Amino acid sequence: MRHLLSSADLSRDDVRMLLATAAEMHEVQRRDVKKLPTLRGRTVINLFFEDSTRTRSSFEIAGKWMSADTINITGKGSSASKGESLRDTVRTIDAMAVDCLVMRHGASGAAHQVAQWVDASVVNAGDGTHEHPTQALLDAYTVEQRIGDLAGRRVAIVGDLTHSRVFRSNAITLRTLGADVTCVAPPTLMPSGIRPWAQADGLHLTDDLDAVLASGPDVVMMLRVQRERMSGGFFPTPREYTVGFGLTRDRLRALTDANPEAVICHPGPMNRGLEISADAADAARSLVLDQVSAGVAVRMAVLYHLLAGEEVAA
Amino acid sequence: MSDWLVTGVTHLGPDGTERRGDLAIREGIVTEVGTVTDTEGLTRLDADGLTVLPGFVDLHTHLRQPGREDAETVCTGSRAAAAGGYTAVLAMANTTPVTDTAEAAEHVLDLGRRCGLTDVVPVGAVTKGLDGAELAELGLMHRSRARTRVFSDDGRCVADARVMRRALEYVRAFDGVVSQHSQDPDLAGPSACCHEGELSGRLGLPGWPPVAESSVIARDAMLAEHTGARVHVAHVSTAEGLDVVRWAKARGIRMTCEVTPHHLVLGTDLLAGYDPVYKVNPPLRPTEHQEALRAGLLDGTVDAVATDHAPHARHDKEHAFVDAAFGMLGLESAFSVVHDLLVRDGGMSLADLARVMSTAPARIAGLDGHGRPLAPGEPANLVLVDPTATVTVDRDASHSLSRNTPWHGRTLTGAVHTTILRGDVTAREGEPVPC
Repeated sequence: MRHLLSSADLSRDDVRMLLATAAEMHEVQRRDVKKLPTLRGRTVINLFFEDSTRTRSSFEIAGKWMSADTINITGKGSSASKGESLRDTVRTIDAMAVDCLVMRHGASGAAHQVAQWVDASVVNAGDGTHEHPTQALLDAYTVEQRIGDLAGRRVAIVGDLTHSRVFRSNAITLRTLGADVTCVAPPTLMPSGIRPWAQADGLHLTDDLDAVLASGPDVVMMLRVQRERMSGGFFPTPREYTVGFGLTRDRLRALTDANPEAVICHPGPMNRGLEISADAADAARSLVLDQVSAGVAVRMAVLYHLLAGEEVAA
Repeated sequence: MSDWLVTGVTHLGPDGTERRGDLAIREGIVTEVGTVTDTEGLTRLDADGLTVLPGFVDLHTHLRQPGREDAETVCTGSRAAAAGGYTAVLAMANTTPVTDTAEAAEHVLDLGRRCGLTDVVPVGAVTKGLDGAELAELGLMHRSRARTRVFSDDGRCVADARVMRRALEYVRAFDGVVSQHSQDPDLAGPSACCHEGELSGRLGLPGWPPVAESSVIARDAMLAEHTGARVHVAHVSTAEGLDVVRWAKARGIRMTCEVTPHHLVLGTDLLAGYDPVYKVNPPLRPTEHQEALRAGLLDGTVDAVATDHAPHARHDKEHAFVDAAFGMLGLESAFSVVHDLLVRDGGMSLADLARVMSTAPARIAGLDGHGRPLAPGEPANLVLVDPTATVTVDRDASHSLSRNTPWHGRTLTGAVHTTILRGDVTAREGEPVPC
């Protein structure tokens, strides 16, 4: 593995390997002394062009616990607005002989482009509305820790699919693992071309959340509704969104009735009261905090497989 | 100026049949065709294996001067045009400053004349500063030495129906034409950067749907009918848009349209790697649209092939895809692309190619000396092409200042050999002469 740019880069075996490594890393997290020498002498740059608290700190901790030198670089706005091309920006950083660029960028495809321009390994830590592959891995890891193998299990992904990189990566990774995936969104928040896409990839589409919950899915993955979308004419009011697509207290009960083992995920940060009620967010079946904890282990696994090549093993 | 005896050249008769013979050119005028009787003082130009066509006319070129001389100048663009077989190019108005006054139009005209490798015909802006609100000095540009007849806010759509109506009423008086960049700014939002469809959904790129184009074409067709003026639809990219043009023509509305080589051949799938060289406005569309455009070219709905030659400095293309500049080079590759993919491989004849790359665009732009039949007394604005030569497009060999060609590395059959502007050779063996 040279880069991790898209969830589509990962075969079923790759995902299985990464999740198995993540489980070992998770064990390390439970020790008193968490530091491993694995990536000593390696430099990991967290290059974040977009605000992020949890993903950036998660990668930073992951790198530090494996003894890599991790450095955070943040840049606001597009490099275009500063007069420097993205290529010049990343080649400047790459010229400092770094081993890995963990990159978050507001533009879809930015990580793919950067991977063409630099010698370092590139990890896509979220590119615009495109993908967020480590999020999909940590979601799969968290769910499997609770309910076992995802193959054949039924997963509903609910909310703003159009603008969600979490959706895109999860749809890919969940299908790679053999899960049955249903996408739930109002028509205006379904990505363009979703019908042929869903047909090709074996995704189910619906705008009827109640019917989906009544069918007793194993996993309900709620997506964040971004505040800036609310004024974009994608739906009339927050209230109407909640009535149609929020995981309300009543819907939580309907889900529990239909499948007592069902679990709930949310990538955070949550809009409590909008897409998810407090009852659902704090329920025992909510995996929200487990997701955060798993994030570090999964990112350790990703950095390990990208950077701890044979030379380190030898 | 030299006088030429062009020998052994294939030319197309009025019925499109190929004939072989000689040509005489004296003082910029074709004097004899077929058999040359008076060869005195003529310099021989061996055209064995070459075919003579009327010099190409590009309805849609961006030369970037004034304002972005790091991306292209009138001179470098003229060199690219000559190399591509063009004897006239219409230079779009979206420069800095915008070509929205008589002085600005004359400035571009003069830059073109100073270089002298192709006729640079300034396009005037429809609105001041391309702001879409107030009419530019359309009449003064027309009365200027530039004799501007084609007006366009290209790069932006004249979205306001009232402004479009007034512009059409105004230019009709001198048989001007508005070349419209048909794109509803509300349906194609400010961050839209590609065709809206399955791939844009997967890639997470904001797209614009075909209806953003076709709805404006439909409105403009009705405005053209209402005003009796001419509307030219720049770079049609959708099957739906072309259907509207077909309908308008059948109804007798004075509407013409152009397509670009890239929209005829290149598809949305190229965006999968997020390479901004494929970012263009209007965007590359899926296969069914390319097929519709090709069919439109064959059935005559499409009047012209225009390049939308859009040079960009490298650093303006090396941003994230949504931030990168729109546009691709086109002047040097257009003939080879159209010849290889539509003549050699797609049912078009060389006579069709001459029509869509020279005769029709010259007529639309009102250029009297271009796109003329090969006959004694006609201006010698000609291109000699080699239909059997193969060229491999090399962006680093481009005569443009920029390198953003989507054709890099492609091997195409059919090459421009010699370009002649009023008797002067402006390119020889595909290389422009010094200007």
